[in-house]
Amino acid sequence: MQALDIKLLRDFRRLWAQALAIALVLGCGVAIFLTSFGMYRALEDTRAAYYERNRFADVFAETRRAPISLVPEIAAIPGVAGVETRVVGTVVLDIPGRVQTAVGRVISLPDDGLPQLNRPILRAGTLPDPAATGQIAVNEPFATAHGFVPGDVISANLNGQKRPLTITGTFLSPEFIYTIGPGQLMPDNEGFAILWMPQRAAAAAFDMTGAFNGISLKLTRNADTAEVIDRLDDLLRPYGGFGAYGRDIQLSNSFIDAEIEQLRNMAMILPPVFFAISAFLVNMVLGRIVALERSEIGLMKAIGYSNWEVCLHYLMLAGLVALAGIALGWAAGSWLSHALAVLYADFFDFPFLIYRVSYDVYAISAVIALVAAGLGAVRAALAAASLSPAVAMAPPAPPRYSRSLFDRALGALRLSQPAMMVARAILRWPVRSGLTVLGLALAVAVMVAATFFDDALDKIVDGAFYQSNRQDAILMFSQDQPVSVLEEVRRLPGVLAVEGQLYLAADLHHGHLSKKIAIEARPPGTDLARVVDAQGRVVVPPPDAIVLADRLAVQLGVGPGDRIEVEFLGGRRETHSLPVAALVTQYFGLGAYMEFDTANRLFRQAPQVSSVNIALDTRAEAALHARLKDMPGLAGTIMMTETRRSFQDTIAENVVIMTTVYATIAVLITIGVAYNGARVQLSERARELASLRILGFTRSEVSVILMGETMLLALLAQPMGWGLGWAISWAMTAGFTSDLYAVPLVLRPATFARASLVVLGASLIAVLLVRRRLDRLDLVAVMKTRE
Amino acid sequence: MDRPIFRTEGVTKVYDTGGARVHALAGVDLDLFGGELAVLLGPSGSGKSTLLNILGGLDHATTGRVWFRELELTGLGDRGLTRYRRNHVGFVFQFYNLVPSLSARENVQLVTDVAPNPMAPAEALALVGLSHRLDHFPAEMSGGEQQRVAIARAIAKRPEVLLCDEPTGALDSKTGVQVLEALNDINDRFGTTTVVITHNAAIRKMAHRVVRFQDGRITGVEENATRVAPHEIAW
Repeated sequence: MQALDIKLLRDFRRLWAQALAIALVLGCGVAIFLTSFGMYRALEDTRAAYYERNRFADVFAETRRAPISLVPEIAAIPGVAGVETRVVGTVVLDIPGRVQTAVGRVISLPDDGLPQLNRPILRAGTLPDPAATGQIAVNEPFATAHGFVPGDVISANLNGQKRPLTITGTFLSPEFIYTIGPGQLMPDNEGFAILWMPQRAAAAAFDMTGAFNGISLKLTRNADTAEVIDRLDDLLRPYGGFGAYGRDIQLSNSFIDAEIEQLRNMAMILPPVFFAISAFLVNMVLGRIVALERSEIGLMKAIGYSNWEVCLHYLMLAGLVALAGIALGWAAGSWLSHALAVLYADFFDFPFLIYRVSYDVYAISAVIALVAAGLGAVRAALAAASLSPAVAMAPPAPPRYSRSLFDRALGALRLSQPAMMVARAILRWPVRSGLTVLGLALAVAVMVAATFFDDALDKIVDGAFYQSNRQDAILMFSQDQPVSVLEEVRRLPGVLAVEGQLYLAADLHHGHLSKKIAIEARPPGTDLARVVDAQGRVVVPPPDAIVLADRLAVQLGVGPGDRIEVEFLGGRRETHSLPVAALVTQYFGLGAYMEFDTANRLFRQAPQVSSVNIALDTRAEAALHARLKDMPGLAGTIMMTETRRSFQDTIAENVVIMTTVYATIAVLITIGVAYNGARVQLSERARELASLRILGFTRSEVSVILMGETMLLALLAQPMGWGLGWAISWAMTAGFTSDLYAVPLVLRPATFARASLVVLGASLIAVLLVRRRLDRLDLVAVMKTRE
Repeated sequence: MDRPIFRTEGVTKVYDTGGARVHALAGVDLDLFGGELAVLLGPSGSGKSTLLNILGGLDHATTGRVWFRELELTGLGDRGLTRYRRNHVGFVFQFYNLVPSLSARENVQLVTDVAPNPMAPAEALALVGLSHRLDHFPAEMSGGEQQRVAIARAIAKRPEVLLCDEPTGALDSKTGVQVLEALNDINDRFGTTTVVITHNAAIRKMAHRVVRFQDGRITGVEENATRVAPHEIAW
């Protein structure tokens, strides 16, 4: 081995603590990049492969009832490569051993086996017999949740008749990677099932013989999706079309889109922060090493090493730090991606796992880490390279302190000499002090942004569950019911209060902008489910007007007082022009609200309801469910109490994980910055501090100077950290906003206080570690060394 | 001592330190010959170190010309000077300038790694009488030993010139003499042109020639008719 390489390795070993502090920060960047970018690609690739192999459709639509004879016309739409029609419906399930009802989504299977589009994968058992009436295949997660195997039997209320259904096999489908039932906030595999039923049986159950009510289209590569959707809507309009949509609105797909988008944002935002901090730390530490090794650099050049060789020597020292960071990052990243893959396995149902982060992502992360360390090292390495040998052999000139405006200000403060030394040192190296402050501020910001999420979710839950939707359960019907159904529901066991609610599918237009949504209308005086604005006031839509969620209004480009066109879908497709009465801030979904009588009148129907909200006496819950399992026309139930609990449980768990991860990150950043900062100061000031000791200063007096600088910078970093934390939180709320949900910006004083405590505490620990070195300082040896 | 190995013509060196311009060399004309041991004598700040740095290719002259044999050093760029130092020059410094993280052998190896035709590090260390200290680190050796490691490092590349800047400056008389003997020995044995800078007048007695410096100029050159062996020198 070359002598210079031996020096390199020994230097690296000597600097292990500082190298480790940097490597941990760099490793964080590598690990997060590996996890977020790696999983982003893995998820996207897995999904793309699944969609490709199983021919996931491009356009979807549902109607009330359309004749099969319409299919050739649909197939003739330019750009359509394949058409698959089916019968779909929602049923209430009675599962042996389960008190509550469950909801089943029925999808018909063609006579000749598996459909050509959205092809499910048979995971166990066999396909149902096309001629049988009591056979079904179910989605695998549902079977697993209940321990069902082929041959087991469940009951379903099909068109008012309770019928036993034998499970012949289990499926996974590209349509249901994220399987979420109506009204649910997250997958509930026990309470929601997908049932694949032979075409004939499904048609008989839903009165669809010779007809279909669901259709999927595969498009050619260059097809114009929007154009196809318009043409399909035109064809389905006479048959009660509810409006066609593309993959972007398909529920399962849009949830995965949101997750992929989140991973992508994370890969774009967080790792650069870590790489930048690492570069700064490398810059600071290497700059000091080059200053210390000034005469060795001169010697290397005198001996005949070229500038490039000297430069490379120091770059390689940074390279070693980067390698340590890469190794740590790869280990942590592999573990994190594995943990994330396990988490995804709970939420997403893929038939195969490409959950392995590919090797090129590992390679990319290593290259980025090396470049970051290299960029940090380049200034010091170039300084070493450009140092003239003759100059290098002479001792460096002392740093130029001069009386500046600041000094006069400091003088006026009548600071003690140690305080003056601290203040002057900070002002003497303003860039380094500034970057240290910035680094520590980022640590504060990371903490703020992590804890902010907790508070934001609290606000969402409060708004959605305790202000707006206060019902204990929702009963949904397969078809809209006359208001007399309310009386029927009121007679069910345990029901304390009953309120109806009407949903009308509509396409809202404003200029060239349009959005398909479900308009909600509730009879006057409803109290269980209400529209509540950001200030907690109940909003009641006035007659002949519409109230919109603010995010929906933004998408349509309207404000209060503007008029929008409301095109009703699913029945007579009439369009009405309505003024926007008010906007409300909402965090779930894109709501639009109308007065009950207005909605029925515009839709030209006698007053009807789509679902009923109820308040329950929980003691009678079992009796209620027993009756619901046999209730005709019921499509499903949502138990809000359970939804609330599972949502809060999941969130509480996630919040603990997230807060731990981010607090660790914040501590690592803080220690990396504060430890190296104090360490470099000790190195620069060893002589000065030793002189003070010789002059009679005590150890603690001397360490105040050393610790004072770092702690003062840490204090200065707090306000900036709060500001940055606010900005990052704001960016996160913007990044998380989708049609599905929005995150409010909620920042409490406690959030800032906690972030500051963590960062100041970690800074203190870091400087105390350095203080131990100061205590062991050999006064005589230090004074002898030639600076 | 036939033809000059170094030749300088009107060399000046001006340092511009902020406001004041310091004339470190104010026109130096000097020939140094192959195989000779020359002592440059003068007080601190007389310009002798500056001249040595220029001869060694560590620094550029402000004006004037310098030749090493036929090679004009003043015409060389950074890359050319590096090659010149690597191939032809050995340095010994007052503060030894050993790399603390490398052992004696590894410090010498630092040179043999890049020189075209070096001797083995152990051989160079044997020449300065340090065969028994090969794997010791600088912190484990006395000042005299450290300086002899530095000499071993300088001669390991078999240089044509050995430039020594106050090689005994940080040593006591006894260890200083040991170092001078090592230098004298190398000069005798390999005919290496050796230039020793000192402000210690006693050392002049071991030289072939003595060049006196004052205020950036040469004030006199004298030849020693009879040289004194280093062990007879004391200060």
